[in-house]
Amino acid sequence: MIRLVRRERASRKLAVAAPLLALFAAILSNLILFVAMGKDPAAVFYALLLEPFLTWSGFSEVLLKTGPLLLIAQGLAIGFRAKVFNIGAEGQFILGAIFASAIPVYFLQATGGWIWPAMLVMGGVGGALWAVVPAFWRVRLNANEILVTLMMSLIAVQLLNYLLLGPWKDPMGFNFPQSVMFQYDAMIPILLPGTRVNVSLLLALVAAFIAWIYMQRSFGGYQLLVGGLAPEAATYAGFSQSRAIWLSLLIGGFAAGLAGAAEVAGPIGQLQRSISTGYGYAAIIVAYLGGLHPVGIVASSLLMAALYIGGDNAMVSADLPVAAVRVFQGSLLVCYLAAITFVRYRLVRTKGATS
Amino acid sequence: MPAPLLSLRKMTKTYGQTVANSAIDLDVAPGSIHAILGENGAGKSTLMKLIYGVERPDAGEVLWNGAPIHLSSPAEARRLGIGMVFQHFSLFETLTVVENISLVVPGSKTDLATRIRALGQDFGLLVDPFAHVHALSVGERQRVEIIRCLLTEPRLLILDEPTSVLPPQAVGLLFDTLRRLRDGGVSILFISHKLDEIRALCDRATILRGGRVTGDVDPREHDAHDLARMMIGRDMPAPLHLDPMPPGELRLELMGLNHASDDPFGIGLAEVSLRLHAGEILGIAGISGNGQSELSRLISGETVLPHGRRDEIRMLDKPVGHLGPAARRAIGFAFVPEERLGRGAVPDMSLADNSLLTAHPLGLLKRGLIDRQAEASFTAACIADFDVRTTGPDAEAGSLSGGNLQKFIMGREISLHPRLLFVAQPTWGVDIGAATAIRQRLVQMRNAGVAVLVISEELEELFEICDRIQVLHKGALSPSLDPRSTRPEEIGRWMIGAAGVAA
Repeated sequence: MIRLVRRERASRKLAVAAPLLALFAAILSNLILFVAMGKDPAAVFYALLLEPFLTWSGFSEVLLKTGPLLLIAQGLAIGFRAKVFNIGAEGQFILGAIFASAIPVYFLQATGGWIWPAMLVMGGVGGALWAVVPAFWRVRLNANEILVTLMMSLIAVQLLNYLLLGPWKDPMGFNFPQSVMFQYDAMIPILLPGTRVNVSLLLALVAAFIAWIYMQRSFGGYQLLVGGLAPEAATYAGFSQSRAIWLSLLIGGFAAGLAGAAEVAGPIGQLQRSISTGYGYAAIIVAYLGGLHPVGIVASSLLMAALYIGGDNAMVSADLPVAAVRVFQGSLLVCYLAAITFVRYRLVRTKGATS
Repeated sequence: MPAPLLSLRKMTKTYGQTVANSAIDLDVAPGSIHAILGENGAGKSTLMKLIYGVERPDAGEVLWNGAPIHLSSPAEARRLGIGMVFQHFSLFETLTVVENISLVVPGSKTDLATRIRALGQDFGLLVDPFAHVHALSVGERQRVEIIRCLLTEPRLLILDEPTSVLPPQAVGLLFDTLRRLRDGGVSILFISHKLDEIRALCDRATILRGGRVTGDVDPREHDAHDLARMMIGRDMPAPLHLDPMPPGELRLELMGLNHASDDPFGIGLAEVSLRLHAGEILGIAGISGNGQSELSRLISGETVLPHGRRDEIRMLDKPVGHLGPAARRAIGFAFVPEERLGRGAVPDMSLADNSLLTAHPLGLLKRGLIDRQAEASFTAACIADFDVRTTGPDAEAGSLSGGNLQKFIMGREISLHPRLLFVAQPTWGVDIGAATAIRQRLVQMRNAGVAVLVISEELEELFEICDRIQVLHKGALSPSLDPRSTRPEEIGRWMIGAAGVAA
């Protein structure tokens, strides 16, 4: 019989190795799945994992997707470490996009360098406002924030639909559910010439650095950590649990809203229904895969972005169904959760036990 | 000597790096009360788990009536005739006595109730079979546990620190029961670290220290000094000395504090009033579960009163009832809670990060960022000053033994230079050496003019260090008693709520 035994202290080595082990296990299990589906595994994995890194244009698309994932995941990770589980980043992302779009939608003729920064701020505020609702109910009525944030995301999608089918529909848009195309000044400047990568990637990296300072060095971050690891100790020390809930949700909402704004003011350039592509959910995986550590998240967001691009490639070149990428993401998370168990626990073989 | 009922030969059990039991030999004679004496961490509990089949030994042999046996589960041990009463009871509070017992012992309820009454008559274990467990006192609950064991007709009964939860009077009743059981042919393994009890009750004592047997004696032939030396490896520490102190200023005052518990089976507080001055130690005696945890949370600020009732708790001349823990610390309050892991310290964090928990105002922060150097040097000083045995400030709090972690938390709180220090269960699970060091520290604080409040279940401890004692029973506090002129039995009467009533 084999038993799990708690280690005396967490294994540092395994903490670093766990995401790599998980990636390996996920690749292996999906390989079997693809073979069972009758696909050529070599072609799938070439398209999925290698191709995104082989050409400059492909890699620049990876960087483009890294931005929002990095931004959202950093915000979520702060809350997750305080054990405040914001699962509704998708909704906060959508609200960020809506708030940001309000400026070009209502002031399409406006010009000036202030517009795109103002849109980013609006987006952050919108995302944070959407997170006010779960935070308020959690603090007031102890309503589970997992459920409330998740439900708020469904409402956000309907709000987006309403705006695009109603008041914000582009009158010249042939009745498509999308807003007007934004003016030039509403677009975030390009960072790498010849690609679609814009300054928001830089913003995401700055956010990662701020998150690192906050969580690893500041007393504020320390209070959140204590609240997550030992709530009784936080109460004993006098760290407010309500404050931790508010901060966690507002930071997560702000970051997700910022990402949403950067999406409409960046590669898309208008408000569409397709802005919601599941970044908010993928970022949960990114946050955990990065060990909830700001540096780890930089690496895991790059990996997840590559999987998005690789998944698109694989659909075209290896005839993979749309769901395959989601399955791969999901199995990655499951493998990771299994792998991190061994950071705290080890397997012990017990001889001949019967009971 | 008759052939032993139970014999252990070279029993060995290791957990990771720690050797809990090393080559232990033990012979329990039929019809005897046999003590297992040792400090916390000496390996008593591990040994009992091996005998009761909860854990399996790495090496060694168990003989039952001379025949070797291999126990793999408590059920098997019970079948052979080994019963155990644990320190922490396993009874369902919402069920009656007979319902609890019928979960384990087969038979109809009326039949069981008759047998419970009969056992009660025979062995002095009186309890109403149809009473709900939540309405029973701790002593009565223990009786239910013992009856449940006895109904399976054991040949050997193991009792793990049975007196630690009892008031002095109930201890006498329990001993009477155990003697009757012995005379009825049941052998008893009695685990304790209290020397007087063992000398009063037991026919034989096996003494453990650091997982080894350091003595196998007739306790009636040795005085407490000898036994203590075998148990802790040196002489008993010298008793403490309270300097006479002129009464100082009022530092803590509770005025008619009422509080309903959130827990449906918890104890609310009724009209609790106390006054604590600078330079004195006030002890709150009483059996756990009589409102201690509710009271300590109210004093620490973990439970906050509404603004309108802020005057019910006054610290250092300020109403603080409405303030949280941090605000109370800011005016000179420090607190060591009874739960060390998870409340007084974060298990998964290093000692250095645990210093930050309450000592952050002592210059451990620089513009909102943690000053790692200051944090490490504060922690190192704390470790050195309070003799905390650990690998250093980077050690995780969860890796320390209970006693060492307690010393660390005490050190951290004392380093805050409080004017009012509150310690709940200062020496729970702490070995004798460390316990003495902690008590000496408390007395030093008092002599330096700090107001010290101590909640403790250990009456001996309170008698040793307190200027005054008040007893908490069912959420109500007794008047202040002077330990120099009060006998322990009188405190015991307050502990079971019988004071004032003719005893």
